[in-house]
Formats: sequence, structure tokens, C-alpha cells
Amino acid sequence: MSNIPDHLKYTTSHEWIRIEGDSAVIGITDHAQAELTDIVYVELPEVGRTLAAGEGCGVVESVKTASDLYAPIAGEITEINSALEDAPEQVNESPYEDGWFFKMKLTSDPDLAGMLDAAGYASQIGGS
Amino acid sequence: MADPRRTALFETHQALGARCIDFGGWEMPVQYTGIVDEHCTVREACGLFDISHMGELMVGGARATEFLDSTLTNTASNLAVGDAQYSLMCNDRGGVLDDLYVYRIAREVYLLVVNASRITQDLAELQRLVAEFESTRTVNVVDESDNLSAVALQGPYVNRFVSQLFTMPGLIAVERPTALEKNQIDVFIFEGKEVYVSRTGYTGEDGFELIAPNDVITTLWERLMELGQEHGIKPAGLGARDTLRLEMGYPLYGHELNEEVTPLEAGLGYFVDMEKSFRGRGELGYQKNEGPTRRNMAFAMTAKSPPPREGYPVWIGEDKVGTVTSGTQSPSLKTGIGMAYINQPYAKPGAEIEIEIRERRFPAELRKKPLYQKS
Repeated sequence: MSNIPDHLKYTTSHEWIRIEGDSAVIGITDHAQAELTDIVYVELPEVGRTLAAGEGCGVVESVKTASDLYAPIAGEITEINSALEDAPEQVNESPYEDGWFFKMKLTSDPDLAGMLDAAGYASQIGGS
Repeated sequence: MADPRRTALFETHQALGARCIDFGGWEMPVQYTGIVDEHCTVREACGLFDISHMGELMVGGARATEFLDSTLTNTASNLAVGDAQYSLMCNDRGGVLDDLYVYRIAREVYLLVVNASRITQDLAELQRLVAEFESTRTVNVVDESDNLSAVALQGPYVNRFVSQLFTMPGLIAVERPTALEKNQIDVFIFEGKEVYVSRTGYTGEDGFELIAPNDVITTLWERLMELGQEHGIKPAGLGARDTLRLEMGYPLYGHELNEEVTPLEAGLGYFVDMEKSFRGRGELGYQKNEGPTRRNMAFAMTAKSPPPREGYPVWIGEDKVGTVTSGTQSPSLKTGIGMAYINQPYAKPGAEIEIEIRERRFPAELRKKPLYQKS
């Protein structure tokens, strides 16, 4: 059973978002890491890059496949989790804490309308 | 496209929580607990793979040996009954139609184990070649793939329990499976049915492949899981099968091998007997004299990088010198590894190369096969 914390927002492409004032922390869900298994490489966007919602901005590689990473929301990258460079397995071990991917400064009026809450994400991945 | 086929073990895989993928038209388990876990289990203890998708063709008849010698690159007539060899079937241009294992199970009866995706073509090709070979048709080629299932039991601990499967000695020569040497086969009785047991595999570890009628394969699988339990056995999927074979530098049809490459280019000259006549021999002889213009080589990444994948370009300086045919992150070596076709004169072990990954280049080094050796 996937862990889907209630206090986060989710996308249909399996990212989670934690809004903290005008910024957000982004990672991939427990379900996503379990589907990928054995994450061996994470390629993150550069700090300072401005992204549109849904824009491709990185790659998560497991032993078997490479999967694209998308910005769930528009904004500017302010910080990346550089620990993942040497310890990509943190995404498997702690997808919502140590395995976070990047932080963004949100545009003045972030559009959260397309985001799922925990129940919505749970039903999208087939219940939990 | 037709629905993928399922092996007799499909429900067993589902009960074990396997994640399945389409492989050569078959819905096969890619992993159960995870590729790295299964990979390390095979290297350190033992793993059990369903390989029922592989094809089994029986070739028999008074001149079967002579027919196979004239058809395949390796020399079937060198095999004693109970022995096996790796071999290749080529087209007239020396391109690889399939790579296969040839088991001599009686004086003029051979079991050919072929790739799942090639069964239909292989059967048609062999039957056509039989008709060319002799008008009297004393050689028969029969496809037994639909009647037979197979598992691979691989890892350093398998010899501790595999022989407990059977109560009677082998029908060909040996007392028990562990008495088989590498590349030998015998027939044992399990639940009243004949089971082929060979000391072969695709992982680089000691191990056995067992081919049994569909109706006993589930019982055989469950029995092996029981016997292996105290030795750490786990089911292993095609994901681990791929990382294990890549660490050994073993080719996979459709990646390192296809109809456009020759066994010499693939680095499989050891399995080509140029002293005899066989299909494709002319072109291969010419290529051997000239020297192939490219060669399949193993490589390993030498700095932190994304895992190399099939299709990535290979560079030396400003020259594109080749293309990756298979790649992964090696669970044993903990670095990216792969195989690639490299143009001559660059295909030399030790050569520094670069792999292009998403428009960036990462350093790597050509290596001798196997990439992994037991310490």
C-alpha cells in the first residue's frame, strides 16, 4: 500500500508538492518510487531556472528505465537536493522527506486547480 | 498486435506479486522484489527464473548431426550424447538469424533452445533447409515449444539442493544433476514426466536449466522454492536476468545480435568453426580475412553518470565511433556498464571513450568481457 500523506498536493504524473508560503517543495510519490524501484540516478534542473507548469525539468533513472520529471507548478528553482547526486536511493527510502527533489519560488498567483488532494491521488493510482 | 502469451507459471508469478512486461510477445515477470535485490540474490545465493518463453525445437533423424553441422556455425558432431554447445544460425550473408543452445540428447536427436521472438522464423528456416539438405526427408524438425516450460535455477548455492528434486538417476549418464559438468544435459523423472536438466545458464553463476512438460512445471517451481528456502532462494525476473547477463557480456538477440551483424562482429568467433562448411561460411571467411569493420565491446563508465542505454552514441574525441546496444547500472560493480558496436580501429580494451547521454558526454572505458568476475 502506498503512503499518501494528507498534507500534500499531487499531480497525475506522480509528483508531490508541499506549499510553504510563496515557495514549494517538490518530490515524487511513494507510489512512483515503488513503481520505478532501485533509483540509481536523478538529474535535477539548475537553480535559477524558471519553469512553466508541466515543463520537463529532469530525469529519474532506475536500473531498468529513465523517466522524465515535470514541474508540477510554475516558478523559479531556488534550491535542489544535491544529496541525491551521491545518494539517489534516498528517493526510494524516504520519498517525502530526505528524497525531496527541488524547491521553487512560486509565481504571484499559483494555479493549484489542477492538483489532486490525497484522496484524489489515491483514487487515480487505484486506491490505497 | 495480438494479446501477449502467458506461460504456465503466470498465476504463480501473480501470487508472488510480480510486475510483468511484454517480452518477445510474452507477458513475463520483470521483477518481484526489485532488480537489484534479485540480481544480488543470484550472485550470492540462488534465484529461480521462468524461461518458459524460450523455444524448444527437436531435430532428429539419421542425418541430424550432418544437417546441423551444415546449418549452424558450431560443430554438433563434436558433441557426445549428453553434451551441449552454444551456436548460431546465420543467413547467406553471415548475418545472425538466431543464437541458440544445441543439446545432443541421443545419437541423432538434438534439442535446440532458441529465442522466444525467433521460434517461428527458426522453425520455418530449419524446415526449408532440411528440404534443401536432402530429398528423402529423414531429418525432422519439430517445435515442442507449446508443450514445454522451462526454469533457470542460478547461483552459488543451487548445487546444495537441486539433486533432491529427483529420486532416480539420469536416463543418459549421470547419477544426479550435480554430477553434470558445465554444458552437460541429462533427463530425469519428475512426477512421472521426463525433465531435461542441463548445467547451463545466462548469469555467469553456477546453475541449471530445467525443461519440463507444462503440466508439471508449477509443481517443479514450488518444489524448488521449498528446497531452496533455507539457502535463500528468491524468484528472479527478466530485469535481473538482463543485468546479470550484461555483467558477463553475454549477447541478447535483438540488441547485440540481428540479421545485419555477423558472429565475428559480435565477438563470437569462438563459436564459429571455420574448418567446416555451413550456411554463411563464405561471407564469414571473407570477413575473417579482411577483419570485421566493427566489433561488439563491453564498456564501463569511469565517472558518475546516468546509466548508459541502448542507442546512445559512442565518441572518441570528435569521431562518433559506435552505438550502445545494451546498457544498465551494474548492481555488482555499482557503475554504468554496457555493450556497444565500435568501429575499427577503435575497438580495443582499455580505450577511453565517451557515451553521449541527453546531449552530454560522460567518460567510459572499453573493457574485456566479462565485466564482472567473482572475487
